[in-house]
Amino acid sequence: MAKESSSKLVPGTPLLKDELDIVIPTIRNLDFLEMWRPFFQPYHLIIVQDGDPSRTIKVPEGFDYELYNRNDINRILGPKAACISFKDSACRCFGYMVSKKKYIYTIDDDCFVAKDPSGKEINALEQHIKNLLTPSTPHFFNTLYDPYRDGADFVRGYPFSLREGAPTAVSHGLWLNIPDYDAPTQLVKPLERNQRYVDAVLTIPKGTLFPMCGMNLAFDRELIGPAMYFGLMGDGQPIGRYDDMWAGWCTKVICDHLRLGVKTGLPYIWHSKASNPFVNLKKEYNGIFWQEEVIPFFQSAVLSKDCTTIQKCYIELSKQVREKLGKIDPYFNKLADAMVTWIEAWDELNPPKEAAGVPNGTVKGK
Amino acid sequence: MSLKLEDNEVDIVVAALRPNLNTFLEEWRSFFSNFHLIIVKDPNLEEDLQIPPGFDHQVYTKSDMDRVLNGASINFSGHSCRYFGYLISRKKYIISIDDDCLPARDNSGVIVDAVAQHISNLQTPATPFFFNTLYDPYRQGADFVRGYPFSLRDGVECLLSCGLWLNIADYDAPTQIVKPHERNTRYVDAVMTVPLRAMMPLSGINIGFNREVLGPALVPGLRLDGEGKRRWETIEDIWSGMCAKVICDHLGCGVKSGLPYVWRGVGSDADNAMDSLKKEWEGVKLMEEVVPFFQSVKFPKTAVTAADCVIEISRMARENLASLNPVYAQAADTMEAWVDLWKVAGS
Repeated sequence: MAKESSSKLVPGTPLLKDELDIVIPTIRNLDFLEMWRPFFQPYHLIIVQDGDPSRTIKVPEGFDYELYNRNDINRILGPKAACISFKDSACRCFGYMVSKKKYIYTIDDDCFVAKDPSGKEINALEQHIKNLLTPSTPHFFNTLYDPYRDGADFVRGYPFSLREGAPTAVSHGLWLNIPDYDAPTQLVKPLERNQRYVDAVLTIPKGTLFPMCGMNLAFDRELIGPAMYFGLMGDGQPIGRYDDMWAGWCTKVICDHLRLGVKTGLPYIWHSKASNPFVNLKKEYNGIFWQEEVIPFFQSAVLSKDCTTIQKCYIELSKQVREKLGKIDPYFNKLADAMVTWIEAWDELNPPKEAAGVPNGTVKGK
Repeated sequence: MSLKLEDNEVDIVVAALRPNLNTFLEEWRSFFSNFHLIIVKDPNLEEDLQIPPGFDHQVYTKSDMDRVLNGASINFSGHSCRYFGYLISRKKYIISIDDDCLPARDNSGVIVDAVAQHISNLQTPATPFFFNTLYDPYRQGADFVRGYPFSLRDGVECLLSCGLWLNIADYDAPTQIVKPHERNTRYVDAVMTVPLRAMMPLSGINIGFNREVLGPALVPGLRLDGEGKRRWETIEDIWSGMCAKVICDHLGCGVKSGLPYVWRGVGSDADNAMDSLKKEWEGVKLMEEVVPFFQSVKFPKTAVTAADCVIEISRMARENLASLNPVYAQAADTMEAWVDLWKVAGS
């Protein structure tokens, strides 16, 4: 179960600092890191610079990081770079691929430290780590939410044989202030702010899909990494703002198949920037219609028993995407191709440990 | 919040396992006083009930049960006496709270109107087909998040509202023994729909439901041999909750869990769980069989009402579980008798 308990003995000890990378996509700047410094400084950052590669993105002093721009992505992946989106934060998944760590935390550059109801600043990373290091309970719903939290437990009626839970692959955090609404909702409710701090972590039951938001997300790269492909979005694509959704649907189907757990709830971050709803509407437009067919597809997706690894599951899914979604729009055939390319690229950059050769060189910022 | 319904659409059912209801009813007075109370006396309780004045109420006792049962073998003793109240009510909604629970306070110190919250849960749609990460999208200040399909945003009718408890949580006997001093102090400010096909343990301590549609599904089916008066010595609500959930899933309706909280502790035996372990150990073992059974329940298309579904469950229980333990055959019999009784006395 818990892989590291040393932090409980020494308050303030960073957990997993050599086992976790923080992946940040950015096209603007990294000023937000100043606020996160007390929580992030011990960790290695992987910055994925989107947009114009000739711009210099300044990383605040004192952070250990590697930075990749489009030129780096093209150089490292060659023709396979086509699977990495351009002009969309979906490019962040390149960071997942090049990381050498077991865990990833990804956060958007307009997300800041939130405060809990007592006014205390929330160490989001620490909560994600707790979520990932404790089991999930996907096979039976616990009405007191996360039974492994201090002060909670399994309720009467919860079968004992299920109380060991399942390994947690994903920890999905939430946001106070600007909620993650789609464009139509943003247009109807431009002033709504999420002010409700719901003090719970819970496992999303097996067989249930959810809209995964990539703003404040952590996962176990070894358990589920290859499924976290954020799709083809942005420049040259007919859709945007569905990158994390796509990854979330694929990931949940695969987690359910591999008997892994997905948690949602705490931690909260403070989401400061409301993107332009008209711009969003143009990006999401196709997605709003397509999701009506895509979601039933994922809800009924079945992976065969031979799919025993994430990669096998993902390739199998890509075949089903081609077969069943290709008829909605040719985009899905391209996407299915990109899913395969992604896995090929992942396996190239992450060869199995027995066959490990020279590790890929890291790229330090210019 | 303002009630959008007539007060005469709701009955509050109180199972009286103790004679003195003064504290309980006084503490709940401001929230109960608009409604009719059905007070059902545990048939094993000998003393007269003490009920403070000013409540519109009706007390039902063993003689009422015998009259209505007319020979049918359903055991309404202990916590199961409340099912009699569910049966004879004529209202659309039932709310039922254990007599050792008082109103809780939320995180700002405001007393929680559990009745109003249950009604609100039952009157707003549920969303079982896709999980909303901001929980109940119909609550003030919340909505469906990006990526939630628009075709699912109407939701479906919520038939069951499962509330929670601060202070003494509803743990089983082994957990009580291991953690005798643990108190639930975490007020989680959320209501959420329990997704389609997800199973959950229903705690009968604090519930509301749509009697019109779901009524027969809340069935006093599974009784432990040594069932007792403490909550962790029972399993009737767990069984009826499983029935209710699979039936809601089949009918395309929803079950919510979360708010409201009640404060549990007055009169509860928080200790002495050791004695209970003998009684509820049986229940704990049974869950290992009960859960896979319910996960495999499938209804034919011809089962279109809760009563139809209860009959189906009873048939499947007889087929698949009876050989494992006589309590299941008993449950199957009770469920059939219950549906018959419901046809006569419940509609």
